[in-house]
Amino acid sequence: MAASTLERPLAARPSTWFVWAGMTAFGVFLLGILVAVVVDSFGRQWFDTWLPDGLTTERYTEAWDRFALGEVVGVTVGVAVLVVVISIAVGVPAAYVLARRDFPGKRAIMLLFLLPVLMPPITYGIPLATVMYSFGLGRTLTAVVLVNLVPSVPFVILTMTPFIEQINPAIESAARMCGARTWQVFTRILAPLLVPGILAAAILVLVRTVGLFELTFLVSGPGSDTLVVAIYRGMTAAGGGEARQLISAMSVIYTATMLVMLVVALRFVNPTQLVAQVKETRDD
Amino acid sequence: MSDFESLELWGVGRRFGGVDALSGLNLTIRSGEFVALLGPSGCGKSTALNCLAGLLPLTHGEIRLDGRRIDTLPPERRGFGMVFQSYALFPHLSVEKNVAFGLQMQGLPRAEIDSRVREAIALVKLGEHAKKLPGQLSGGQQQRVAIARAVVLEPSLVLMDEPLSNLDAKLRLDMRTEIRRLHQSLGLTTIYVTHDQEEALSLADRLVVMREGRVQQVGTPDQLYESPVSWYVADFMGYRNILPATVVSVSGGEAVVELPGTADGGVRLTGRAVGAMGAGDRVRVAIRPEDFAVASTAGGGSTGGAGSITGAVSVVEYHGREHAVGVQTGDTMLHARTTTAPDVGGAVTLTAPVERVLVFPESLDAVVPQEVAA
Amino acid sequence: MRGGRQRATASLRHRLAERGVDPALLLLVPGLVVALALFVYPFSYGIGLTIQPTAAMQEQWGGGIFANYVAFFSDPFVFDSVGITMRLALPAALFNVLASVPVAMVLRHRFRGKRLLTSLLVLPITLGTVLTAQGLLIFAGRQGWINRTLLASGLIEEPLRLVNNYLGVMFSLVITGFPFAFLLISSYLSGIDPSLEQAAKTLGAGWWQRFRRIVLPLLAPGLATTFVLTFVLAFSVFPSARLVGDAMGETRVMSLMAFRAFGEQNDYAMASTIALMMGAVELIVVVAVLGLRSLLYRGTTGGKG
Repeated sequence: MAASTLERPLAARPSTWFVWAGMTAFGVFLLGILVAVVVDSFGRQWFDTWLPDGLTTERYTEAWDRFALGEVVGVTVGVAVLVVVISIAVGVPAAYVLARRDFPGKRAIMLLFLLPVLMPPITYGIPLATVMYSFGLGRTLTAVVLVNLVPSVPFVILTMTPFIEQINPAIESAARMCGARTWQVFTRILAPLLVPGILAAAILVLVRTVGLFELTFLVSGPGSDTLVVAIYRGMTAAGGGEARQLISAMSVIYTATMLVMLVVALRFVNPTQLVAQVKETRDD
Repeated sequence: MSDFESLELWGVGRRFGGVDALSGLNLTIRSGEFVALLGPSGCGKSTALNCLAGLLPLTHGEIRLDGRRIDTLPPERRGFGMVFQSYALFPHLSVEKNVAFGLQMQGLPRAEIDSRVREAIALVKLGEHAKKLPGQLSGGQQQRVAIARAVVLEPSLVLMDEPLSNLDAKLRLDMRTEIRRLHQSLGLTTIYVTHDQEEALSLADRLVVMREGRVQQVGTPDQLYESPVSWYVADFMGYRNILPATVVSVSGGEAVVELPGTADGGVRLTGRAVGAMGAGDRVRVAIRPEDFAVASTAGGGSTGGAGSITGAVSVVEYHGREHAVGVQTGDTMLHARTTTAPDVGGAVTLTAPVERVLVFPESLDAVVPQEVAA
Repeated sequence: MRGGRQRATASLRHRLAERGVDPALLLLVPGLVVALALFVYPFSYGIGLTIQPTAAMQEQWGGGIFANYVAFFSDPFVFDSVGITMRLALPAALFNVLASVPVAMVLRHRFRGKRLLTSLLVLPITLGTVLTAQGLLIFAGRQGWINRTLLASGLIEEPLRLVNNYLGVMFSLVITGFPFAFLLISSYLSGIDPSLEQAAKTLGAGWWQRFRRIVLPLLAPGLATTFVLTFVLAFSVFPSARLVGDAMGETRVMSLMAFRAFGEQNDYAMASTIALMMGAVELIVVVAVLGLRSLLYRGTTGGKG
């Protein structure tokens, strides 16, 4: 343990090598999966060979037409945006109260917001879907948006509470002492300070909603399927599923959409700081 | 600038879930006065300030400004300025914009805002930093911005909540002078909360010493310094030696007390009795270090005055022109000051004049706060 | 007020404020409405449904209004799915948490390319279970590159069966669950003040002692929380169990059973019963882990958290 600098050589211990080996294996698997899907989606035919025999982009146009992807992508984006807007509008004020106030029943309310995050989606999804169908909302866009709110609103609350807690309450008091009314305190002081947090929460909810399969699948139908659900239906369609390359093409479209969103998200927020607002070991 | 005659607090109280954080605060503040609320943390001084500001609703009492009741108004409509311990600057706004914020809330014309902001920033000598964000300033500079932000509104009352406690020692002294200068030049009525007696004594026209949500004593700095009403106030006013004792006899305002546990079993002191007491009562004796005369013990035996205490020198600290001496006698350490340093381990005798030895009843609950007519 | 020496002059508003009730609490209302209408109400409705079994169910299993529960516990086709789910979710969650600790420890230090590596680890979150399934089928299938490489190098003679079984689902759970566990653990780890470890170093502790005596106790509550959240993710596997697993055999998990009742048999009462039992089983594990956690150190971690 002679090395006392922070940047000790990586060769210091066998355990480090072990970690790197594990991560390499993980990386190989990950890249393998990604590359395999991408290659497959551009392949003309690919059976018993290392690589497909010939490349084509036909799969994309074919998948686009066959699964009405224009509509599906539209539904996906529309549902995601609606869910983000509603869950931010509903979740941020609630997070503010939970971060700032102490009142009777606070713990019960916290638990109520925590439950949907801790519970398997199917557990509340099936009763919820049953209710949706009995209200005649089955297979509608409304139902898809509503079921997605159940995990999203608590998620916004849990993400925003530490963001709000780290803002010194004296800043709000100072604004009031300067003559600002409640509404002005929110718009002029809190909102600008919360923008990074709101943006982060919004993008994460967007990513989650686009990726959420179980709940959407339970209530969606033709015309209200999102991209993941469409892919799943393609893979499990009666008669052994659709041609593999069409599914791959759809998957690539899906991943590309997701990646763009995540890259944007990472520009605004460091993911390791979402759970708790803590200092990093002075890097970056 | 202050545009009122008097601010009156009548029986102001604040209760948190069955616990009185503040109760029965009566105080009249006159225009232009500098009043300090003094006490340890949890004594209710910050609660009092927040109640005045309107940030905490009262549960008892009333606050009146020239007879008009204001305790029902929200903070933004009371027209007070406040300086916070943590500065509480708006981190996303530049210095200028922080100072301008309150004026914008009043909807003043741009030109007037600009000129008043410039003036206020110049007043706290931050002209060259006007465009910076709070995060780029030092602690002292940030607190000056906070002060400028409060005074630019020309508030009828400025509330300061331990504004210097986050600063280092030297900066604290500078800022203290700065606050005194601003108060004198602007004539702002100020209420200042602190736990630092030196700060309170040097800044305030009047002091309010608080304990457990109640006022112990109200008075001018010299009144409190010379005649504290209880050992609690004495402790705050620099009476570093607070010794438990038992009354032997009382006559004509002087009490003879016996200190327990001292080396030769039963040292007797004579002091001024403050408050009612009789023989056998448990009391506290308060003596300031500088009131002790230190002499090296030649032959022992008590001599004259209030009586004397012998002990061994255990600590000597160099304080520039004088030395702080810790004298161990029995279980207690006594604090004294001398110009010549005694030897550590040497035996010394401490004596103090009768009028500088204050004897207080042990119980603090019986203390009746004195509202000294100003 | 009670025993006050003076009359309380406060208005009702102030007396409520004393207990923390003021108009700002109205901001909670929209959130509560969503939670009540979309979570509490359907959930109670679902509980009610479970005791309204279909006539066919009552006839087949008996037990009156509890026929669904009787069916759940006595139909091996359904009940075995509890064990199948646990056999997948517990090892997957445990592996993800345990593997995350060393990786997070190594990535805690500063080095070039850290940001890139972190991004790479987070990448699978964008993939989602469905794409991961598709990729696994191609990459790890009989004709996939893994089997091809192993065959070409002569290590094996027959292609390995890596998908459409237990192993395939496990791969999928690790690929989607590990990044999540890693993010959480990194976050907890960065909440531990580095000066604590430096202090331990000056007291002569080696790296293992520092980890064992300082980092691990401080990290333990975070490990428990991460385990719970990762377990919840793995527990509700559905698409991967269907797509890369053996849906009627060794990966016949509870969520598949619930969905079969819901979507294929249209028996909403039985579907709700399985769904609720799923919640109950999960709750038992979560409570057990959190109970263990409360026995562990719960104080501050020395960071600004």
